[in-house]
Amino acid sequence: MPSVLVENYFRTEKLPQIWCPGCGHGIITRSIASAIEKSGIDKNKICIVSGIGCSSRAPGYLDFNTLHTTHGRALAFATGIKMAKPEIKVIVIMGDGDATAIGGNHLIHACRRNIGITAIVYNNSIYGMTGGQYSPTTPKYDKGTTAPYGNIDKAFDICKLAASAGATYVGRATAYHASLVTSLVQNAISNEGFSLIEAISMCPTYYGRKNKKGSAVSMMEWQKNSAINISAAAKMSPEALEGKFLIGELKNSPEPEYTNEYQKIIDRLKKESQ
Amino acid sequence: MKSKARLMQGNEACVEGAIAAGMRFYAGYPITPSTEIAELSAERLPLVGGRFMQMEDEIGGMAAIIGASLTGAKSMTATSGPGFSLKQENIGYASIAEVPCVIVNVQRGGPSTGMPTSPAQGEIMQARWGTHGDHPVIALTPSSVRETFDLTIKAFNFAEKYRTPVILLMDEVIGHMREKVQLPDPSEIEIIDRKRPDCSSEEYLPYEADNDLVPPMADFGTGYRYHVTGLVHDETGFPSNSTAVADKLIRRLSNKIEIHRDEIESWEEENTEDAEVLILSYGCVARSSKSAMNILRERGIKAGTFRPITIWPFPEKRLRELAAKVKTIVVPEMNLGQLVLEVERICGCNAKIEKLNKVSCEIIYPEEIVSKIEEVL
Amino acid sequence: MKMEDIKAGEIQNEKVVINPAWCKGCGICVAFCPVKALELKNDKVVMVDVDKCTQCGMCELRCPDYAIYLRRKKNEKQG
Ligand code: SF4
Ligand code: SF4
Ligand code: SF4
Repeated sequence: MPSVLVENYFRTEKLPQIWCPGCGHGIITRSIASAIEKSGIDKNKICIVSGIGCSSRAPGYLDFNTLHTTHGRALAFATGIKMAKPEIKVIVIMGDGDATAIGGNHLIHACRRNIGITAIVYNNSIYGMTGGQYSPTTPKYDKGTTAPYGNIDKAFDICKLAASAGATYVGRATAYHASLVTSLVQNAISNEGFSLIEAISMCPTYYGRKNKKGSAVSMMEWQKNSAINISAAAKMSPEALEGKFLIGELKNSPEPEYTNEYQKIIDRLKKESQ
Repeated sequence: MKSKARLMQGNEACVEGAIAAGMRFYAGYPITPSTEIAELSAERLPLVGGRFMQMEDEIGGMAAIIGASLTGAKSMTATSGPGFSLKQENIGYASIAEVPCVIVNVQRGGPSTGMPTSPAQGEIMQARWGTHGDHPVIALTPSSVRETFDLTIKAFNFAEKYRTPVILLMDEVIGHMREKVQLPDPSEIEIIDRKRPDCSSEEYLPYEADNDLVPPMADFGTGYRYHVTGLVHDETGFPSNSTAVADKLIRRLSNKIEIHRDEIESWEEENTEDAEVLILSYGCVARSSKSAMNILRERGIKAGTFRPITIWPFPEKRLRELAAKVKTIVVPEMNLGQLVLEVERICGCNAKIEKLNKVSCEIIYPEEIVSKIEEVL
Repeated sequence: MKMEDIKAGEIQNEKVVINPAWCKGCGICVAFCPVKALELKNDKVVMVDVDKCTQCGMCELRCPDYAIYLRRKKNEKQG
């Protein structure tokens, strides 16, 4: 008999997940379930959509209408769901390669439209499922199986990307800061427009091993020591912030939501025809 | 009560047909020569409480209609050549996940950007085999404006009935041609809706097929909390690595169309009773074939026409019967010979088969068909 | 939680429940337990000192495999 949270929101017969020992994805998935529990939304009105990759296996374990789509396309499928049935709360789970490489176009346009979708990017800085190739979030000079001499691509800052593309709620947390993932996702769900939460995960199997980052535990230690909450960062010197990254609520500026705007057109046309 | 006759373009008839069939969601990307379908959908859909979206790209358009269809909305996208190539990925998804949807391809000259404003028939085989892996396909080809209206409705009906993507394969001539058409009264139109489960959500197995090999489909957001994936899956909808499950699924997907061929296949034939030469063509070329047949008949040549309306599945049984009676089958196509491969496969040993191909991105004229036939007889 | 709710193989005390069948032995809960009440034995987590456990919930929060959690009554919301 698992915990009440797991019992209520997971397909327990599918557990334990296929993820490797110490993979951060399980922690983040639990944090999302916890956010859903706290938001109190009817389970039958939630739809979880994913693309392809290690993270995208998450919906299979969650007890909702779940849609495991094609690589990079999760947000486009989700857009169709939200647009056709706006009363559904649509939550999209993607990996870093999924969301920002092959799905990058869908990502910026979902942000731009401010459509009522909560996107959660499990960022482990690597393509895990295919065996450790570098991704758009692999730090410069880190290694991947396709960057044996070090990656010379500059990494994306997913939160900055989403915020500048028009997402109205943006936040970042890590697997170590699991309860922050929960509170950010909870806020994201209650934002009417498009929200993006970057959840820094860890892939001890490929990214960790390739880059000598040690075990899952040491990767979480790194998260603990390198993440600075945005509120604390305000009081810190640039030197102290060197090599650190920000977590917390990075943007919260609500704007009219896309499906509501479309509904206004439908209502106006109805009125005019009467 | 019949509506007034209207002068209408093929692309317009497609949208009228879609709305009549119950389309309530459209997502797409602008591309010549299909753009009018998007423009008119944008105008018409909010008037009937439906929703239109211009997506960031063709792939997104295809993905969005699948998402919308999962909530129960009848959905369509339209495109042309290059966009049709981009949509193939998610057409395969709709196929394996059994999500009803309609994809319109108004064919233009290819490959690549080709001749964007000129007609062609280059996607006959892409319509059949465009997405990877074995999969079922229904593809319909109209050859008039009014038929575009009827076949769009049929496309939605087949999509709903068999839970499969259906392709409406038009060409630039049919898409842009204007004809005077009288649309039927809505009460005369047969509309088919997908089967929905009549069991409780606890008992629902989303991919357990009935005797017709089609599983009932629950709308997302109605309490049936099931999983949908593009991976090979069993009756529960969850992925499976079992070779037996894969074999069973792929065969069922294909068989759900195969066992209904008699209901799905349609064609039109003329003067086939005494025909010695049969002109087999589709889309805009079928119009030239008809004129060619009349000219040939006047000249004492017993010509008939055969026009597959469903090119996939191809009306195989009927063609085989005809092949046993005629001496020659001439297949004019605006490509280098695509559907003729199917004709050769079906009746290669029975009749002499002659190709007439044109890839200059212009229609095949009746005289060209006439001279080809006079040359080979 | 009633005794009959607990599956065979589950280890439980008055504070936490451990499901060794789901534990992958990653050691995350062990490393981040503030009072060092947990240990890995044969690649599975065990509680070595029940008295030390403050029921802070950190192990449950960070276990990727939901193999360790606080005892909590049905319907009781997570803190
Ligand atoms: S490969 Fe990496 S990301 Fe994938 S399950 Fe294993 S640890 Fe997690
Ligand atoms: S509840 Fe807290 S103190 Fe108790 S074992 Fe878990 S982490 Fe340690
Ligand atoms: S965190 Fe979970 S899986 Fe890892 S050792 Fe602890 S109980 Fe086992």
